[in-house]
Amino acid sequence: MIEIQNLTKHYGEIKAVQDVSFKVTKGEILGFLGPNGAGKSTTMNIITGYIPSTSGTVTVDGYDIMENPREVKKRIGYMPELPPLYLDMTVTDYLDFCARLKEVDKKAWKSQKDDIMELVKITHVQHRLIRNLSKGYRQRVGLAQALVGTPEVLILDEPTVGLDPKQIIEIRKLIKALGKNHTIILSSHILPEVSAVCERVVIINKGKIVAEDTPENLSKNLTDFTKFKMTIAGPDKKVKELIQQVYGVKYLEVQSAGKDDEFSYIIEADKDIDVRKPIFHKLAQDGYPILELRSLGLSLEEIFLQLTTEEKEVN
Amino acid sequence: MLAIWKREVQAYFYQPIAYILIGLFFLISSIYFTFGTVASYYAQLNSLLSSIIFILTFVCPILTMRILTEDRKNGTEVLLVTSPVDVYQIVLGKFLAAFTVFMVMFASTFIYLIIIYILGGRPEIPVLVGGYIGFLLVGACYVAIGVFASSLTENQIVAAIISFAILLLINIIDAIASFIGGFTAKILDMFSLLSRYEDLNSGILDITSIIYYLSFIAVFLFLTTRVIDKRRWSQG
Repeated sequence: MIEIQNLTKHYGEIKAVQDVSFKVTKGEILGFLGPNGAGKSTTMNIITGYIPSTSGTVTVDGYDIMENPREVKKRIGYMPELPPLYLDMTVTDYLDFCARLKEVDKKAWKSQKDDIMELVKITHVQHRLIRNLSKGYRQRVGLAQALVGTPEVLILDEPTVGLDPKQIIEIRKLIKALGKNHTIILSSHILPEVSAVCERVVIINKGKIVAEDTPENLSKNLTDFTKFKMTIAGPDKKVKELIQQVYGVKYLEVQSAGKDDEFSYIIEADKDIDVRKPIFHKLAQDGYPILELRSLGLSLEEIFLQLTTEEKEVN
Repeated sequence: MLAIWKREVQAYFYQPIAYILIGLFFLISSIYFTFGTVASYYAQLNSLLSSIIFILTFVCPILTMRILTEDRKNGTEVLLVTSPVDVYQIVLGKFLAAFTVFMVMFASTFIYLIIIYILGGRPEIPVLVGGYIGFLLVGACYVAIGVFASSLTENQIVAAIISFAILLLINIIDAIASFIGGFTAKILDMFSLLSRYEDLNSGILDITSIIYYLSFIAVFLFLTTRVIDKRRWSQG
């Protein structure tokens, strides 16, 4: 649906985006992740046709943004970081204006309008001036604006910035729901957000893509060991000895579990060897029950830090 | 384009700015009308028009100062540019909106015509038509200059000052030209909006003057689209 090839953007000497390429298939929610100033907004501004690229191509549904900007723009709903609102208009007037601007068929708009307002929950403020709305509501009106004309592609630049936790959860739910009918690119510097909403993640740092995969695969591939936590009833010395005998265990750390005869163990093992079964059998033989077994995959946060700080060291 | 035009016209009347400007224009022109036309038993409106055209030097910069600056400041420029409209349509929509308010302002002078008729005066129609057309065209040029100035900055005040400076220059360009003389004067004359206006206002409906004004407007609106495009290339 969206194809970005070798996208580069220079501002004089500064290289904001360098050789960025990725694809988004129809119906996918892609997370676009990176620290502040990594080139996320620049890339999104190029995809939506707000600013031209220095080189490289962007095609949406087969149309090139430079050659056929109108066709591309018709297919995209864009919510920039700062919602583009006219503060002197009421919500309905503003949305009507957007519909006319985007050349949405009048009849189609009539049937759409209430649904969109219902979806982002702004129906009850529709007659108020945007100036008088809170940040959270303005954000929603901005999102409603992107939905006008039900474009196939939604590009959302940090849609949850500045919202309170409850609103953030609501907006995330909403984006997930929208993902059923739209292709979405969502940018964020907040990791849990991306792992909660997106099926695939592109991580960008200093204008370059440093990783691209599903959140799960990213955490798998970046580590050469599996890590889990076990809580076992029994004396720690004896249990530690038993676990260490298992083939594949590379690292073991004992933690207190709060009770005298229960201890927690952080175990790291070779990626290719499943050590859980042998550990279970060994402990069962000696009568030490496993009370808890939890896998500790690398969190997206750790991956992100790993990727973006490694890059720094190289430079 | 029509969507932009409609929104901008509404915006003018949502805010007090249009009412203040129209009121101000009407007040000053009424003073001129009372003392320059009625009190001196003068049945023509043309001298009034050429007197009050200077008010536009102050009114037009204020009328147009926020027309493009506001979009940059509020971030609504993103909405306009990423919608399926071309930049020239955005500029044209904005220009026409400001011009519409100008027309409303201009329409207030019809009241003087009615008063003259009631008082028994019978102005010469061809001269009057020439005067009106000239006034509208000069006003449109001033608005185009204002739209151009507002594309240069995101600060309304700066935009107003730029267009005011350009308009002041246009006001005195004839004087400068006659002072310098020679070839330079001929070049300066190319930018003289008001000398052509005097022709129209005396009833000479010269088609070249009308074409001159229309191309003047076109050039400034074209420059405006170039400024917006140029900035899109260089900004983040």
